[in-house]
Amino acid sequence: MTTITINGKDHSFNGIDPAMPLLWALRDHAEIQGVKYGCGVGQCGACTVWLDGYAVRSCQLTVGALEGRAVTTVEGLATATLHPVQQAWIDHDVAQCGYCQAGQIMSAAALLERNPSPTDDEIDAAMAGNLCRCGTYVRIKSAIKAASGAMTASALFYNAMEAEEVSA
Amino acid sequence: MNQPSNQIANTERRDFLKISLGLALSSTGSISMMSLASAEASGTLNAYVNINADGSVTIYGPNPEVGQGVNTSLPMIVAEELDAKWEDVQCEAAPVQQQYGMQFAGGSLSIPMRWDEMRKMGATAREMLCRAAASQWNVPRDELITADSLVRHGPSGKSAHYKDLVAAASLIAVPDEADVRLKAPADYRLLGKRISNASAEGIATGKPIFGIDAKVDGMVYASFVKCPSIGGVAKSANLEAVRALPGVIDAFILDGTPGPYNFDIRESHTIQSGVAIVGKDTWSTFKAREALKVDWDLSAASQDDSDVIEAEALAALAAGKVEAEIERTGDVEAAFANAAMTADATYSTDFVSHAQLEPQGVLVSAATSAVEVWTSSQTPVFITSNLAKLLDVTPGNITVHQLRGGGGFGRRLSNEYIFEAALISRRVGAPVKLQWKREDDMAFDYFRAPTYYRLQGAVAADGQLVGWKNLVAAASADGENANYGASYRPYDFPGKVIPNVAVEQSFVKSQTPTGAWRAPISNVYAFAEQSFIAELAHKAGQDHRDFLLNAIGDKGWIKEGDMASLNTARARATIEAVTKAAGWGRKLPEGHGLGLAFFLSHSGHIAEVAEVSVDGKNITVHDVWVAADVGQVVNLSGLENQLQGSVVDGLSTMAAQSISIKNGAVVQSNYDSYPLLRMPQSPRVHVDVLNSGYRPTGAGEPALPPLAPAVCNAVFNACGERIRALPISKAGFTIV
Ligand code: FES
Ligand code: FES
Repeated sequence: MTTITINGKDHSFNGIDPAMPLLWALRDHAEIQGVKYGCGVGQCGACTVWLDGYAVRSCQLTVGALEGRAVTTVEGLATATLHPVQQAWIDHDVAQCGYCQAGQIMSAAALLERNPSPTDDEIDAAMAGNLCRCGTYVRIKSAIKAASGAMTASALFYNAMEAEEVSA
Repeated sequence: MNQPSNQIANTERRDFLKISLGLALSSTGSISMMSLASAEASGTLNAYVNINADGSVTIYGPNPEVGQGVNTSLPMIVAEELDAKWEDVQCEAAPVQQQYGMQFAGGSLSIPMRWDEMRKMGATAREMLCRAAASQWNVPRDELITADSLVRHGPSGKSAHYKDLVAAASLIAVPDEADVRLKAPADYRLLGKRISNASAEGIATGKPIFGIDAKVDGMVYASFVKCPSIGGVAKSANLEAVRALPGVIDAFILDGTPGPYNFDIRESHTIQSGVAIVGKDTWSTFKAREALKVDWDLSAASQDDSDVIEAEALAALAAGKVEAEIERTGDVEAAFANAAMTADATYSTDFVSHAQLEPQGVLVSAATSAVEVWTSSQTPVFITSNLAKLLDVTPGNITVHQLRGGGGFGRRLSNEYIFEAALISRRVGAPVKLQWKREDDMAFDYFRAPTYYRLQGAVAADGQLVGWKNLVAAASADGENANYGASYRPYDFPGKVIPNVAVEQSFVKSQTPTGAWRAPISNVYAFAEQSFIAELAHKAGQDHRDFLLNAIGDKGWIKEGDMASLNTARARATIEAVTKAAGWGRKLPEGHGLGLAFFLSHSGHIAEVAEVSVDGKNITVHDVWVAADVGQVVNLSGLENQLQGSVVDGLSTMAAQSISIKNGAVVQSNYDSYPLLRMPQSPRVHVDVLNSGYRPTGAGEPALPPLAPAVCNAVFNACGERIRALPISKAGFTIV
């Protein structure tokens, strides 16, 4: 048995092959289907989730090796409101078929959590592992920039609030 | 400008389906509307419109959604005429039923074939709501206006929400078509606006809305292993050993049907032989494949070798071997004999795979005579009849659910994976989720055919293009008929525009299945034609744009009323717009080049300019400008997305995508050996939508064909090297 925290809740995988990729454990045994199968060999990024906050390819991780680790999927990205990246994806009407987009969103959100104001080259580098056959890269880039703006603005706002509190 | 009639005859469409589209094209929605005039009050006004008690409006999209945006754009057309408040509209996939007519996604047809029907559905529902209000308030119908899901009566100041009128409206007799007024385009409030995809939030939050996501109680999982060499038959396998593996429920051979496996979406219940592995989850079936050993009978298997096909095709073209004539006008020999300048060049393209990001997969429950299918097929309309034959059940007992497809591009026009799943489900007596591996998807595609064109042009002393020859070497299974997508179809340009044209054909043997791949034939022929036009312009010492405009000329609408026909005014407008936007003729940085191409396919007149720089064999595509005329704009955001995506997809395909065949089997297996473009290689894309006011036509395909020639023409202008084979990696080039 392996217990993994998935989107904040513990989930125990019983009686499954420990060599099963996390991708299939999530899809077939944890009702987490936002994560998608595109290639199974780490080439397409459709299966991207966060492992302890870092974007990883879930088809390349075996479930048995993840005891006690924390996995976040696109289903768990929103809090009370949508994550700014999700909101930007909707506002910029990024998706065509949408199949790659959960993976794109998880890669983009991981980038912005660490680097809220990435340069074009940094965006390219962070997103290079996520394929889109529909060719939505143009919009993905503009959505990332919009989300970056939203996240930087809210960070400035909170920083300002904290500064107020300190000086008050 | 003449508005066309309802005619949307189109060679692409005829090629595409080879079926009578009469039902779809003449569909006025009368079937759906006739089923109304019910005895009981309800929220339903017709098969597409339901007004809910909470004031929301459900509008059903009849055609499959595979990323082309029709589950947003088709409901938008209904909502426009209905005057529904868009924020309160829920777009839902219609069930697969006869009353919804031609439920398929292909040929960029969804919008043009549904345009009249969707408008009438919305307008009829609105008329019924107005009549209900008129009788309730005892006021003349003509004094009522509608907006934002409300009916208003100006003189009395009365107004009512649709939700409060729908019960009465649902009991009213369906108005005569003549009494239902459609809006003038000037009155559109919704059409032409940028509207986000109706499923945008579901996609961004990971809702299980795709074909791969379908689940039902009691289902088992399956994988199906076919012979790598197309047409090989499973004789025996170590089934006992496979059945004993953990998580495996059963393993057995399915006999399949003999080949050749032609692309035939209407009669497509043939499947190849193979071994089914059934398990308790996807992974168990995938893992068991590693232990599977199959003895294949290769006597009927393909022995194709793509290098041989290419060598034979190029030899046939070099020798001028003609086996059939496709098209001839004027006196071609005289035009070439009298020409001031002629040119001769051969262009070729390889097999390519669809490589849509969601590999084929389906859930089928065929354990009993009540059969149920959950699928992201592009041709749900053809599933029932074929399944009924395959399983020997009555069509009325088959229910098909449409789910979102993770990309289509023509791959999901074939339903063979559904038939595989159905046979497996029947055998194991449980609902079966069949999941193809990416490797299966790449090995058993209906590929884009390789194509080979030898083009010759004759330019007269006045600089005008007066003669055109095209010799096509077409892959053919029987040596007499071109395989799907492997040849040429007569286009208005050059056929109806250049005075002297001959198109001829020879055949090379190939058994590899080919099928419809985003803009079939156009996506390869445009590369040859539009590159060659640039070659001719260069050799004639003329500016490429001027030469192209002169070649297209000003004959107007070649076949008036036929949206698929060339309209030289629309063509010129896109070429002028795109060259203006790109700054054609401006001074460029060292090593940069601009390249232009125009193509008409699927009724879309599209011109593109690429700006590239070339450093050794590395090509950077900096910017691509697109000018598109697809008539009346429905959803501007969706349209722009298709145009941007077609550019990226076009570049992705021309860069390094090539399927090679050895011993009848596909060599490439996954995205590592068959690369898709990645974000760092992706250009900026600038789109200019010319809202010409013609009837709307589809946008999923026509922006792809001009991309490759625009880029190759730019590369020539940047470095002087002419690329005549795709992918460009064959000549050592890389897109960086
Ligand atoms: S499915 Fe994991 S990277 Fe493609
Ligand atoms: S939106 Fe279709 S693959 Fe990215």
